Amino acid sequence: MNEQQHLQTLSDIKRIMERSSRFISLSGLSGVWAGLSGLAGAWIAYGWLNSYYNAWDTRGSYSDADYAGLRLKLILLAAGVLLVALIGGTYFTWRRARRNQLPIWDPTSRKVLINVAIPLATGAFFILGLIADNQPALIAPSCLVFYGLALVNTSKYTLSDIRYLGIAEIVLGILNLFFLRRGLYFWTLGFGVLHIIYGIVMWWKYERTAKAALENE
Amino acid sequence: MNPIGNLNKLFDSRIRLGVMSILIVNEEVSFNDLKQMLELTDGNLASHLTTLEENGYLKVHKGFVGRKTNTTYSITKAGEKAFKSHLAALENMIKSIE
Repeated sequence: MNEQQHLQTLSDIKRIMERSSRFISLSGLSGVWAGLSGLAGAWIAYGWLNSYYNAWDTRGSYSDADYAGLRLKLILLAAGVLLVALIGGTYFTWRRARRNQLPIWDPTSRKVLINVAIPLATGAFFILGLIADNQPALIAPSCLVFYGLALVNTSKYTLSDIRYLGIAEIVLGILNLFFLRRGLYFWTLGFGVLHIIYGIVMWWKYERTAKAALENE
Repeated sequence: MNPIGNLNKLFDSRIRLGVMSILIVNEEVSFNDLKQMLELTDGNLASHLTTLEENGYLKVHKGFVGRKTNTTYSITKAGEKAFKSHLAALENMIKSIE
């Protein structure tokens, strides 16, 4: 064995250690897509909220039926945004995994999912409780805080940079608690803007050069 | 000091080295996951795992998922030590040549 082979062995070991413990195919474009979905959803919600308050002003009084309708529409919209973000996000990550000839469903992606799912499911039930108790102002901060915790929790099993995104989401969520009823703005910042920034940074950091390297081969 | 003396003969095999690389960063890994990550056949992987087990480098846990057997592997203290000194030996050899 010569120096070159030892170097090769060491880099193989490092690669196996990394690939077996972290899911590295998570694409920055998934983040950008999720952010765009978030922005689109926020824009629609903003329109609905505006017409809700306009109707209230013209009528001159609060309406139970209007409120119930708005609430249902917003919940459905949030579910729709989540679905669109997940489908697109999965697509870009699947594409990156395929390019790198890595499996998308392996022990590392399972770990990422489980560790995201525990805080997220906790948050989902927490928020269901808030909806049942009619505490709409607390929904946006709770979304941000639990989502941030989920990201921090799973950052051990994927690109570690996601930890910073998680911390930023938590900070936004906590800040939102001090500016209640401004949830839509915080929500837009956290799920829209932060995702897009994070996605672009990740793409720039990991995928731009990888793509160039592939093309040079 | 002869630097090659610190290299562990057991890790001449790239498959055994691969198994150890995975086990050192993962608490417990199933047979199937090892097979998938190293892209090996059952028989090939099993024989290398037996060698590592006989040398006390890994522990085998036999369990069940439903009715199917689920065998998982984890690294022992001795295995961790052996793997780390092998890595250090490799690094030293590269440094000594530089």
